[in-house]
Amino acid sequence: MINLTIDGQEIQVPKGTMLLDACRQAGADIPTLCYDPDLRLAGSCRMCVVEAKGRPALVASCVMPAENGMVIETESPDVVEARTVVLELLAARHKFECPTCESDGSCKLQDYMYRYGVKESRFAGEGPHFYTEDPNPFIERDYDKCIMCTRCVRACEEITGAQAINIEDRGHHAKIATPFDGKLADSTCVFCGQCVMVCPVGALTSKVAAGKGKPFQNEKVLTTCTYCGTGCTFELNVKNDKVVGVTSLRDEKWSPVNKGALCVKGRFGWDFIHSPDRLTTPLIKENGEFREASWDEALDLAAKKLQDIKEKHGSDSLAVFSSARVSNEENYLAQKFARAVLGTNNVDHCARLCHASSVAGIGAAFGSGAMTNSINDFAQEADCIFVIGSNTTENHPVIGYKIKQNVRKKGAKLVVADPRCTDLASMADVFMQFRPGTDVALMNGMMNVIIAENILDQDFIAKRTENFEAFKQVVEKYTPEYIEPITGVAAEDIRKAARIYAESGASAICYSMGITQHSTGTDNVKSCCNLAMLTGNIGRPGTGVNALRGQNNVQGACDMGALPVVYTAYQAVTNPDIQAKFEKAWGVSLSPKIGLTITQTIPAALHGQIKGLFVLGENPMVSDPDIAHVEEALENLDCLIVQDIFLTQTAEKADIVFPGFSFAEKDGTFTSTERKVQRIRRAVSGPGQSKDDWQIICELANRLGYPMSYANAEEIFEEMRTVTPSYAGMTYERLEGIGLHWPCPAEDHPGTPILHTVQFTRGLGLFHAVEFIEPVELPNQEYPFILSTGRSLYHYHTGSMSRRAEALNAHMPDNVVQINPVAAERVGIANDEVVRLSTRRGSIELKAQLTDIVKENVLFTYFHFSEAAANRLTNAEALDPVCGIPEFKVSAARLEKL
Amino acid sequence: MANYKDIINSLQDKQGGIIEAFHALQREYNYIPEEAITEAAKVFGVSQAQAYGVATFYSYLSVEKRGKYIIRMCESAPCHVAGADAVIRAIEKHLGIKVGETTADGKFTLELTECVGQCQATPVITVNSEPVFNVSAVKVPEILSAYK
Repeated sequence: MINLTIDGQEIQVPKGTMLLDACRQAGADIPTLCYDPDLRLAGSCRMCVVEAKGRPALVASCVMPAENGMVIETESPDVVEARTVVLELLAARHKFECPTCESDGSCKLQDYMYRYGVKESRFAGEGPHFYTEDPNPFIERDYDKCIMCTRCVRACEEITGAQAINIEDRGHHAKIATPFDGKLADSTCVFCGQCVMVCPVGALTSKVAAGKGKPFQNEKVLTTCTYCGTGCTFELNVKNDKVVGVTSLRDEKWSPVNKGALCVKGRFGWDFIHSPDRLTTPLIKENGEFREASWDEALDLAAKKLQDIKEKHGSDSLAVFSSARVSNEENYLAQKFARAVLGTNNVDHCARLCHASSVAGIGAAFGSGAMTNSINDFAQEADCIFVIGSNTTENHPVIGYKIKQNVRKKGAKLVVADPRCTDLASMADVFMQFRPGTDVALMNGMMNVIIAENILDQDFIAKRTENFEAFKQVVEKYTPEYIEPITGVAAEDIRKAARIYAESGASAICYSMGITQHSTGTDNVKSCCNLAMLTGNIGRPGTGVNALRGQNNVQGACDMGALPVVYTAYQAVTNPDIQAKFEKAWGVSLSPKIGLTITQTIPAALHGQIKGLFVLGENPMVSDPDIAHVEEALENLDCLIVQDIFLTQTAEKADIVFPGFSFAEKDGTFTSTERKVQRIRRAVSGPGQSKDDWQIICELANRLGYPMSYANAEEIFEEMRTVTPSYAGMTYERLEGIGLHWPCPAEDHPGTPILHTVQFTRGLGLFHAVEFIEPVELPNQEYPFILSTGRSLYHYHTGSMSRRAEALNAHMPDNVVQINPVAAERVGIANDEVVRLSTRRGSIELKAQLTDIVKENVLFTYFHFSEAAANRLTNAEALDPVCGIPEFKVSAARLEKL
Repeated sequence: MANYKDIINSLQDKQGGIIEAFHALQREYNYIPEEAITEAAKVFGVSQAQAYGVATFYSYLSVEKRGKYIIRMCESAPCHVAGADAVIRAIEKHLGIKVGETTADGKFTLELTECVGQCQATPVITVNSEPVFNVSAVKVPEILSAYK
């Protein structure tokens, strides 16, 4: 320990403590501009100078370690004079627009000039001007207000890893610039706004929030982001019952996953909340046109239609699509509504389309189908990260930042397998650009190497797993040379990748829909599990099979039993004991018959077995494969009820539409991809007559003769946890702050950030002997390309929210198809040219984007755009035989010049 | 002219070689072209933003396209007293450019410099670092005509 005196007070600090922290510990209020606790020290602004007795000059406390016997004065006349001069120098260059500045009231320069009484600068004079309009829709850059603290440069590099900006020139002309002083959009900027978050003045501000309210005047409501499954928390800024901005809360105790860091959607994509397109009243369709209706009329009509169908055709002619976007409480009620009120297990949600194969595959291998480790493992504990089928920096951006941080700062190894050369691929130690759909072959090849070179974990295999021999036999023929022609990956790269993964101390697998959305999705997931077990990379920090789930509450929707085979916490509907338990809890008899999945419900509707469908916050008319087929099925229904916040393409098909609440308007919980349950908090009122989604379900249930009544979301959560073992120990009070990972079986249980530490949920881990099977559709002369679909950083799911977020939509207004320039030349098309993209299901017209991130035989397009919908092209018949997930990632396609 | 890739690659194993590479590039081209900065970032494993930051850190290095001949007019006191202003105006007039600019044919760039240590023969200009002594406005066309 170090002993020193600060402002006359003797204190003790650990060795290595910087003077700044020591001073703050002693209660001194040290002003800082360039200092940021999460960033590399710059020591450049000199605001934090203090006087150390016996030293010839003042010292910058942020970069000076405390030493024994130091005597420090923090506000001596010399210190005050030095800080005053610094402020005068900054003021000489700063453009004072305080009355109209977005940062007025939360500006450090303003605060310190006030504190030290700096009213004008002795150094004022004509200097260079830096302001030029940067035509991006997100970030306002006014470098006439910049104080050159470089926090933005360091945040861009160290938090996000985008490396888009640096200092250009020195001296009077120095300014922050992208390479060649161009536009942000032409740089590697990902518009996360971490630069806005750390800017201590008004040089970097949000264009989306501009003019809507100064941050210091806004009420701030901490909640969890509604985009993607990472589970970032942020503060909704509220003024006059309107959301006027998003700011970061950088305290780990309240922002455990992201520590304030966000992506472009979280920080700039919130204005859909007050879109004029929001549904404000219930709607009833008459003669093909919607008319506004009262709640009583719409609910009575919906109840009557459902009751009629139930009486005429039986309970199993009804189905419910629940939602990965609404809360746990609402998912719990939606499945309870299907089972206890309608009397059917026909309840499912869009996890069927993204991670049903994860639930099935990891469930079969380990006994519990969820991400095994926690997100922060990627930044800290993992020594090697194997990313397969995940464009992490675009689809789970904050997880992407963590992977980059670990690779750049800690030197973790990165192995990437993807059909496209993604951002992470370009910085990988080994990148395997494999043919879409050959995942099993590729991983069998890696495991063949690991077994052949004896770099497996024999002890782990012997003690913790079963069925190794059968698995080993199958893998034997998959030598790197055998799979090279199948996958298109050089044998030597497969060897390198296998060695890095097997020989690192802790290796984590990180995958997403590139693995799951195949007719062999479950096999692909099982192969990931095999790989982890083979090398003992499971059950420890920094290891695991980490399925990154796409939507904010897709994990929760599964946990809550919005699935046709299970109640909450994966309790089987076919198990008589479980059935009895829920019959007792809900006071009604329940069906033991397995229900229909989404991908079975659509054809069942087409063929007349399903007559009535209640869709809560889903948009199958954009999200489901082969939309023409979906449309026909929905039109064939006797009754379609849609509850949403917008009149989605699916709602347009409905007979009755209920207006629900957005995440900003409701209390409840979301469960993120890492099984972390976190609170969402009501910030504003819903528009018009819209209602809390759970309340609508209750009112409908009441009309159908099953009483449902709750005072608030918390009461639903309380009921839910009595029947849900993995959530049993959670309460809203316990969820405050950092949240809890399930399983959390008791109120004194701390939650479980890492699964399978001592034994697997199923006891022993089960190796699966998995043979490679080709995708259902292979290219031929007529359809020579392999078409893959996926997500963009700038949009979310079916675009119902992100395309109504003005900045996101301005930045990416249209769909594109990515094509390799060589292939484009062969087809005779240029960049930005509108082309026709066709498969056996249909065709869409969209712009071509020439890029060498795809190989010559591969095309890629986004699924967010209803007017050029990727799912007009995808195949609804190529389903995984185990879980029914469609093969979104492989269709045979043709591209034509118009 | 040497290929910029060869220049960069020849220094890739040197610690901090990016700065030497920038010097070598400037010697070859009189400035550092954009594509060379991009290439250097790749070869030396830094971000493009950082490579650009380094290239603009030193005022001696230029990222703007410059001419074959860099004329630098001394603007220190001795040359100033000896009539540097008139010389600058003459050069500007003769070449049709202002200080900091490059002629359309890419032949000449005109810049200012501090004292070049040749105060015995003011006013002084340098052309590609070679001093030219006792310059006057009248002599400008003749002096510049020597550079082909």
